[in-house]
Amino acid sequence: MDVLQKIDATRMRARDSLARVEDERALEDWRIDFLGRKSETVSVLRSLGELDSDLRRKAGQAANALKSELEEAYRSKQEELAEAKIRKAQTLGRIDVTLPSRPLSSGRLHPITQTERDIVDAFVAQGFSVIEGPEVELDYYNFEALRIPDDHPARELMDTFYVDHPGEGHRRLVLRTHTSPNQIRFMEKNRPPIRIVCPGRIYRNEATDPTHEWMSSQVEVLAVDEGLTLAHLKGTLFEFAKRIFGQDRKIRFRCDFFRFVEPGVDMAIDCFLCGGSGCRTCKKEGWIEILGAGMVHPEILANMGYDPEIYTGFAAGLGIERADMLRRGVDDIRHYYENDLRFLKQF
Amino acid sequence: MRVPLKWLREYVDVSIPLKEVAHRLTMAGLEVTGIERTGSDWENVVVGEVLEVRPHPDADRLRLVTVGDGASRYEVVCGAPNVAKGQKIAYASLGASLIDASTGEPRKLKKAKIRGVASEGMVCSERELGLGGEHEGILVLAADAPIGRPLAEILGDTVLVIDMKPNRADGLSILGVARDIAALTGTSVREPDSTVDARGAPIEARAGAEIADPDLCPRFTLALVEGIEIVPSPSWMQERLLAAGMRPINNVVDITNYVMLELGQPIHAFDYDTIEDHRIIVRRARPHETLVTLDGRQQCFERGELLITDPSGSIAVAGVMGGLATEVTEKTRNVLLEVANFNPVSIRRTAAALKLQSEASRRFAWGVSPELAPIASRRATKLLVEHAGGVAAEGLVDVHPAKSSPATVSLPRKRLPQVLGIDPPETTIVESLVALGFEVKAEPDRFLVRVPYWRRDVQIPDDVVEEVARMIGYDRIPVEPLAGRVPPRVVQPLRELRERLKDWLVDAGMQEVITYPLTSLDVLSRVVARESLERSPPLAVVNPLNVGQERLRTSLRASVLDVVARNLRLGRTRVAIFEAARVYLPTGSALPDEPERIVGAVSGPRLDRWGSPTAESADFFDAKAYVQQIFDRSGVEVSYAATEEYGLLGGRSAELRVGEGAVGVLGQVHPRTAQTFGLADDVYLFEIRLEDLLPHVKPVPHYRALAKFPAVVEDLAVIVSRETAASSLVEEILAHPLASSASVFDEYQGEPIPAGKKSLALSIAYLAPDRTLTDADVKKAREKIVARLTAKFGAERRQ
Repeated sequence: MDVLQKIDATRMRARDSLARVEDERALEDWRIDFLGRKSETVSVLRSLGELDSDLRRKAGQAANALKSELEEAYRSKQEELAEAKIRKAQTLGRIDVTLPSRPLSSGRLHPITQTERDIVDAFVAQGFSVIEGPEVELDYYNFEALRIPDDHPARELMDTFYVDHPGEGHRRLVLRTHTSPNQIRFMEKNRPPIRIVCPGRIYRNEATDPTHEWMSSQVEVLAVDEGLTLAHLKGTLFEFAKRIFGQDRKIRFRCDFFRFVEPGVDMAIDCFLCGGSGCRTCKKEGWIEILGAGMVHPEILANMGYDPEIYTGFAAGLGIERADMLRRGVDDIRHYYENDLRFLKQF
Repeated sequence: MRVPLKWLREYVDVSIPLKEVAHRLTMAGLEVTGIERTGSDWENVVVGEVLEVRPHPDADRLRLVTVGDGASRYEVVCGAPNVAKGQKIAYASLGASLIDASTGEPRKLKKAKIRGVASEGMVCSERELGLGGEHEGILVLAADAPIGRPLAEILGDTVLVIDMKPNRADGLSILGVARDIAALTGTSVREPDSTVDARGAPIEARAGAEIADPDLCPRFTLALVEGIEIVPSPSWMQERLLAAGMRPINNVVDITNYVMLELGQPIHAFDYDTIEDHRIIVRRARPHETLVTLDGRQQCFERGELLITDPSGSIAVAGVMGGLATEVTEKTRNVLLEVANFNPVSIRRTAAALKLQSEASRRFAWGVSPELAPIASRRATKLLVEHAGGVAAEGLVDVHPAKSSPATVSLPRKRLPQVLGIDPPETTIVESLVALGFEVKAEPDRFLVRVPYWRRDVQIPDDVVEEVARMIGYDRIPVEPLAGRVPPRVVQPLRELRERLKDWLVDAGMQEVITYPLTSLDVLSRVVARESLERSPPLAVVNPLNVGQERLRTSLRASVLDVVARNLRLGRTRVAIFEAARVYLPTGSALPDEPERIVGAVSGPRLDRWGSPTAESADFFDAKAYVQQIFDRSGVEVSYAATEEYGLLGGRSAELRVGEGAVGVLGQVHPRTAQTFGLADDVYLFEIRLEDLLPHVKPVPHYRALAKFPAVVEDLAVIVSRETAASSLVEEILAHPLASSASVFDEYQGEPIPAGKKSLALSIAYLAPDRTLTDADVKKAREKIVARLTAKFGAERRQ
């Protein structure tokens, strides 16, 4: 058998053998047999020197062609096996993607914490600093300094928990009924310009029902400076409303009464559920009232030592639970502090 | 405040749709919370006449009544004692929708047999028509009611329900609401007629009054109407009172109530002949003075309450309630009308102390203008003459020690733009104020604004600004972005730390909860030692809302354990929760300390791939994982030292030590404590005191250079006494300069380890900053370390 026939025979065997290869390991054996250092293909090339020139040229060409051919066959087999493996993963190894995930231990912030942060951030973005104050508060800060003296009918608007303590009158202790005492506490110690936002828990001695809880959360907002007007209050609250209830929100002010502001207003947003056409959430009004606000009463500014003819200010107070109920569609305020994890884990 | 539309229309023309009126009132601060339509559901109810009344054959308390509606006659069974022949009544035929008098629910009237007699319909009471609650017997209509006319045409009305704010005392009257409506709709009000046809002799000779305590009574008036007859008030007056929510009684009482609702001025009527010497003294109560009030209760006065008295003693509690002995009865012929003005604070205190809040005391507490007294007196007198058949004495007794001139406010022109951000034209300002009853004088740099007597809430320039704003509408105020100087940010490190810790615990898989701060001593004593509660008793609430919520908590642990227990009861298998909140620690001074705590708790089994519970329970080290990562992330070195604490299980609890002090605790809740919350499984709890942690926190962890040369990692197993803390071994290993890290990866007790000993397997990384370590280097270091462990802890290397 001459060398050319030998090359052809090798080709035949290599082809036959490769056709039977079914996995990567067999392919590697095949490669060693037919393309390895000790393989026939390589030994033919190595033995070319012994041949005469004409035959050497022919055999050289044929052996190199065989080597390239087998290398190419090897690569395509490799590719074929890889492809087959992927196909196998896709078919035999098919998984039901709807099975549950592995359980990650997962917790959430309380929904009220989440909404408190969103609200606070809306004001921080406008240059306000976050301030917190005591929950057990002196009558003075909770009422007196806010122009709600003892025996004023406005006290009836806020049922108060009194704390057993020897102090009397201004020195009586109460659980704060709003976050507004923070206004006074901050103004006492600072000078305009002032921009503060004060989140915190408040307490009202009233029976609970789907819209009333004796403990709730409020955010107080206060700005004092030269040149602040009701229009700036509108602008500031508009930013907040858009951030919490959606960029396309509209706001509306109406006259309302709070002792520590004048004029006092109530702010509503257009109903984000029905777009103002009237639904259950907005009680068919198209508007949802969400907070009370107003221009700081000049008497309070004067008491703080600010000249009310130079400085003006605005204040706002809003209930976090109400905002949260609206944005999440929660129908009963009592869910928040019952701490049923089936409720809390939803958010 | 209930404002019936028919009544309102007497003072103002309502020319625009009612919904629009309600909207404008609401926008202007008189919030309309409802528009009620009485009579809208009175189908098949007409005016009927009682033609005949016969006894029921089988029931003493029932009568058979023949009712005519002008077309037919109906036989009706009726249980009301007051039904009589000739009355005009509300007759409901079959199919009418009425309110069930016993259940309060609406129901359709069906043909029924009552004690064997068929009843073709029903004679209605107020309650069945939804007009009022507590009335006995049937509603008797005025004698001139037209037979056969649908009742809704006579009694049907629309009522605006307004949530009046305490600054608008004037709004507690139909006329006050009418004034705002007139101003808001560009029309004017018709003041009620109070011209009296006084035919009697002058009052001066026959009645007198003096005010002994003018600080509590700025004005006191008396009027006298003689020869009256007590009868029901006219039907239109009864209808209006009913619609406004008051119960008609008789003409005299109804007239006092009517004028109060109409003008906002409370009025009291005395039986003139019961007043000693017809002379009244207004004075503070003497100690222990008593009076039997209209409700039959004996009142005893200890706080110097303001009383109306005659020379023989007290006859009424000023502004709150009359006395029984001087009340108007059916026998009364001569009526003495007291129309007075009292100090709001005094009335409010007295009404609260005696628990006698009424429509009258509420109006006085909100503040009534003294100017109103003579107007209301004349109005009531006129109505008494017209509807009680009396003769009015000429004039008034009018004691008015504290006369005040009408308030005038000087409003600088620049104040409007300074507050509102807009500068309305002068005509708009003037017209708005004039429409509300103000008189305005425009001067070059200000407006002089004279306030009408009924608007005592308007006192300063900004009050006038608000009047202008609510008239022109807040929609006219533009939206302007907040501008001007931005104050420096105020840093609140404690809040920032707390919020970060909350985030970290949530990242680690814990759920945040928020619980009530009020609890009971009993609940607190489960987690706080009795001695400590006695030494420093938690603050109490004077007026708790619920039993078990009387004390301000000094520990969060009970609240958190309670939430764990509740959720396990609800069927949850694994609970990992925390709360970040304040506790309230009494101090010597006024305000308590309110330090912040984070308390976390873990209970229940670990979960498998499917989220199903496994046989393994969460243990100390699950809880420790949460704690440790807080310290890791806040850059604080913490060490765990075994500790004993109330409510925690000894041997399974550790103090969290940082530097020289402790910042909290971690441990298993004592099974007996757990039991008091209904917790049968093991619960692990941690508590961190934020104020104590704060000074140690490094907000930004410092960079450590990465190793340039490879570390050699080796395992080392040693046998030590059970009592030896693993952390002390690690500490000792790390004292060697080449040991860059050391961690425990196994702990084993039992065969073949001798009793009282344990085997600890440690992984140690050796590293030099300047070269690759050789085998010889590592061997030397290892031997040194083993020698030290042996010397210090008696450790024995395990091969």
